[in-house]
Amino acid sequence: MISSTATVPAPEALPKVKTDLLPLLLLPAIALAALPLTGSFSTWVTLTFAGLAMGMIIFIIASGLTLVFGLMDVLNFGHGLFITLGAYIATSVIGRMSGYVESPSLVRNLMAVVPAMLIAMLVVGAVGFVFERVIIRPVYGQPLKQIMITMGGMIVGVELIKVIWGAQSIPLPLPAAISGSLLFGDAAVEKYRIIATVVGLLVFAVMLWVLSRTKVGLLIRAGVQDREMVESLGYRIGLLFFGVFIAGAALAGLGGVMWGMYQQTITPEMGGAINVLLFIVIIIGGLGSVGGCFIGALLVGLVANYTGFLAPKVALFSNILLMVLVLLWRPQGLYPVVKR
Amino acid sequence: MSEPLLNLKGVHTRIGAYHILHGVDLQVAKGEMTVLLGRNGAGKTTTLRTIMGLWPTAEGGISFQGESIASRPTPEVSRRGIAYVPENMGIFSDLTVCENMLLAATGAKRAEDLDAARLEWIFGLFPALRKFWQYPAGLLSGGQKQMLAVARAIVEPRKLLLVDEPSKGLAPAIIQNMITAFRELKQTETTILLVEQNFNFARQLGDQVAVMDGGRVVHAGSMAALAEDDALQQHLLGLSLASHQ
Repeated sequence: MISSTATVPAPEALPKVKTDLLPLLLLPAIALAALPLTGSFSTWVTLTFAGLAMGMIIFIIASGLTLVFGLMDVLNFGHGLFITLGAYIATSVIGRMSGYVESPSLVRNLMAVVPAMLIAMLVVGAVGFVFERVIIRPVYGQPLKQIMITMGGMIVGVELIKVIWGAQSIPLPLPAAISGSLLFGDAAVEKYRIIATVVGLLVFAVMLWVLSRTKVGLLIRAGVQDREMVESLGYRIGLLFFGVFIAGAALAGLGGVMWGMYQQTITPEMGGAINVLLFIVIIIGGLGSVGGCFIGALLVGLVANYTGFLAPKVALFSNILLMVLVLLWRPQGLYPVVKR
Repeated sequence: MSEPLLNLKGVHTRIGAYHILHGVDLQVAKGEMTVLLGRNGAGKTTTLRTIMGLWPTAEGGISFQGESIASRPTPEVSRRGIAYVPENMGIFSDLTVCENMLLAATGAKRAEDLDAARLEWIFGLFPALRKFWQYPAGLLSGGQKQMLAVARAIVEPRKLLLVDEPSKGLAPAIIQNMITAFRELKQTETTILLVEQNFNFARQLGDQVAVMDGGRVVHAGSMAALAEDDALQQHLLGLSLASHQ
């Protein structure tokens, strides 16, 4: 929260503000519930890290989507295009730097991966700019048309990707220093999953900082609650939305790179395949809530990995089941911000 | 009479298939409080929202300081110096009281950037805001939220305040606090257009009054004249009640 002025004394004894920690406690509760079921501690550690890494990547991708919906009620079913495009751009960049990627040096690996991520974010952000102007803007306030035209935009985009890179899947091997696992006792944890978890936490921390410590963040939080009032205070909500949309697209591009490296192969359909998962996450989290999106993504990641190991058939619909259960408990999601 | 600060001439507003305002004529003089009275559905809130550009002007003209603001984008209307306190107060409930105030202050990025002297003056008007400064606004009572809504509108000097039913749903003691605050605000020669249904509240504050019915202004004059004229009050309120039934 933004600090008070020096002229304002500390509040007198006031009732404590209740913090709703129950959704947060779901994460350790589910993880602990899975512990006896997995049979061994090392398997549980491996699955938990896999779930956290998957959740973090989904969070990076979905965070922009939830803000875009919160600010302008825009349902962007074309978000998957940004994921796919990010992964393909990074593959092209990394493909031209094979010497760096194959080197056993982590620094040389990062000299290929970091520019690939930045270029992917830049290009996808630029595509997001055009997407918002050409596809989203004409259908503000028309949800049915938004669904149709954004899905149409994604189909066209995916076909263009096939024209440029081909329809076949392309391998995206992990750089040498990042591939392989670290052993914690008997538990093997892939290095990349640790890195993905750290990157996800960093993105979350930066987003929290921006949202709570800057005026732009304040405006985004206010706009998600009541955009008409934000306009009445003199701010152009359309411009704010435009900026958030581009940032969200760039983050989806980054998530696409990370998802591609997580799967170690990319296909033109990868974004479309993950699209449904994104909407499940933002519905579970509560529309417009970054914190809710973070917890929702981690829940989805953990549940997908635990059920994939324990009951593969259940894993096919585990995310839908999770969403249904959460909505039965909290019909507006874990931390709803948008109440209109 | 000199050019009014705000001038509405024959303003019509349509929302979808509904024709709400049917040629509103209204003048708000600088430095005065003009009260807009009328029954539910008379068009008072629509008039304020049309001035703010939240709904487009279908016909007619709205000028502020002699320049047209009809159907201008809401942020532009606001930046001309018009602050709006909506009927639902427009409080950002997940933000703290401090953050709500910051949003209304042009160029202020942190609480330290707010005008300290003005803030003290506002705390004098609404002491509860000091107490709950770092609290989420959603935890405030209805009266405190209304205080915050008005305080937010005056965190910087404004040329015109549009306030929609500030007494709605408030306890009598809080209404008295609000009257005191508006009286002090009037001493700063802030121009205010106040929408009210509570005539008792309105007559203690208003300099001028306009009564709306059926999307039109059916009476305009001084509040003192209306307050003293029981027959006119009866006529206007009777008219309103009759058309309401």
